Amino acid sequence: MEIFSQLLNALPGSVSQGLIWGIMAIGVYLTYRILDVADLTVDGSFATGGAVAVVLILNGCNLWVAMLAAFIAGLLAGAITGLLHTLMGIPPILAGILTQLSLYSINLKIMGRANLSVNVNQTDLLISLRWVKDFAVHNPLITVGIVLALLIGALYWFFGTEMGCAIRATGANLHMSRAQGINTNFNKVLGIMISNGLVAFSGAFLCQYQGFADVKMGQGAIVIGLAAVIIGEALLGKIFKNFALRLLSVAIGSIIYYIVIQTVVTLGLDANLLKLLSAVIVAVFLAVPYWKRQYSQTHMKKWKGGKAHA
Amino acid sequence: MLDVIHVEKTFNPGTINEKKALNGINLHLDEGDFVTVIGGNGAGKSTMLNMIAGVYPVDCGSIIVDGVDVTRLPEYKRAKYLGRVFQDPMTGTAADMQIEENLALAARRGKRRTLRKGITSKERKEYQELLKILGLGLENRLTAKVGLLSGGQRQALTLLMATLKKPKLLLLDEHTAALDPKTAKKVLDITEEIVAKDNLMTIMITHNMADAIRVGNRLIMMHEGQIIVDVKGEEKKKLTIEQLLQMFEVASGSQFTSDKVMLSK
Repeated sequence: MEIFSQLLNALPGSVSQGLIWGIMAIGVYLTYRILDVADLTVDGSFATGGAVAVVLILNGCNLWVAMLAAFIAGLLAGAITGLLHTLMGIPPILAGILTQLSLYSINLKIMGRANLSVNVNQTDLLISLRWVKDFAVHNPLITVGIVLALLIGALYWFFGTEMGCAIRATGANLHMSRAQGINTNFNKVLGIMISNGLVAFSGAFLCQYQGFADVKMGQGAIVIGLAAVIIGEALLGKIFKNFALRLLSVAIGSIIYYIVIQTVVTLGLDANLLKLLSAVIVAVFLAVPYWKRQYSQTHMKKWKGGKAHA
Repeated sequence: MLDVIHVEKTFNPGTINEKKALNGINLHLDEGDFVTVIGGNGAGKSTMLNMIAGVYPVDCGSIIVDGVDVTRLPEYKRAKYLGRVFQDPMTGTAADMQIEENLALAARRGKRRTLRKGITSKERKEYQELLKILGLGLENRLTAKVGLLSGGQRQALTLLMATLKKPKLLLLDEHTAALDPKTAKKVLDITEEIVAKDNLMTIMITHNMADAIRVGNRLIMMHEGQIIVDVKGEEKKKLTIEQLLQMFEVASGSQFTSDKVMLSK
């Protein structure tokens, strides 16, 4: 019973984190599902977003301007990966790893050190984990919830435009896209940019929420993003067909992920094992469709009843 | 007009897999020409089409479509002038997108893609009318994913997409080869209809000799990266398969060998 009340107590925090990471997971969804590329840049660009936002906030910049700057920093990070892939012919996974690695140095340079805190008592912030139970706009649940809804709306609009459709076509079929006059390289870069813009934006939220930016805050972000995408699809894929609803299901997947993590930690799991647990969950979920196919190939239905020969 | 001027292409040069696919090809097409192309395996038929479409760069020579030298243009820029249908029904359409979305993508071929709506309600009505003409029952399935369609339906849709914006040149790369005979005939009928309606300049590769003779106003035969037979107009109409085979033997000095060519009707 005590555990139950502990869980309930931690719920607003888990949901807030889920919402923040949900923005990041939507970024992962755009590359992983729309462009059909597993983009590992996100581990670096998530921290870049946080670093840019915190440095600007500490220098007295307007909070929303800082968020915008983080988004733009993410766009640039994505552009690097996109160009490494399209201009230099490097496979997308490797291109992402190269950018991610170089971003580690860049993030250190932006912050000047590995960890930079923003104290909510001294600095005005958009959200903070201290406010998760406040009944006010600065409650992360409300602020991030509204921003997330606006982002989903904007993405729904954008991917319905001629430009957005071209990105979707590029991910769906390269041959067809080029035959229909679509510059597939340009669209790959654009897609990866938007994805990382969202990821960095999410990083900017998280560092305000937790009160610091850390050069390692994006470590394993891709796995959390994938987990959110997969959980969302597994639970809601059958009923959510519309694009906006699919994005929403990714955010819901992220929230569920954080509730689950919070639950296992509350139940006494060693917190050091969390990343291992996340990786195992994602690996298993990625394997299930493959196993299903294998199974149906080796276990054909036996013909029952009647005579085998006429 | 199309001019292919002394185009050469060698794949994997300098390796053990070196293959001279095109050996100085020259081809001139006039407005409204409908050319069928036949030839054995590895004759260079598909390579020729891919060179025109810009899938690979040429080693030498030039390609001029409607007065524009496209030799150095990337594939997606040449698409402005070209409509293409591929052998594999999966290649020409996006399976994960709706029928109407596929058509809307094709309707914007050669235009700048902006932040305007990817598909308008006016377009939807037009597409419905166009799909009705195909007679495949697709007009009521505009929002169905293309992945749910059969191979024949997908080829017919690709054909519609290739000609939605009237291309200067239509390239058909054995587009009925992967279909069953009945569906193949249907798709070929639709092809003839569309080409005739817009008087499209067309190159069609086929492995069916009877089709090659019956369809279009000109027939070329390829062998080892060169055009060895070129028959036009009245002469083509009177052609028989036997004559065609004989012409091949005379021109190439060898037997016509292809595991795909169908001699029967």
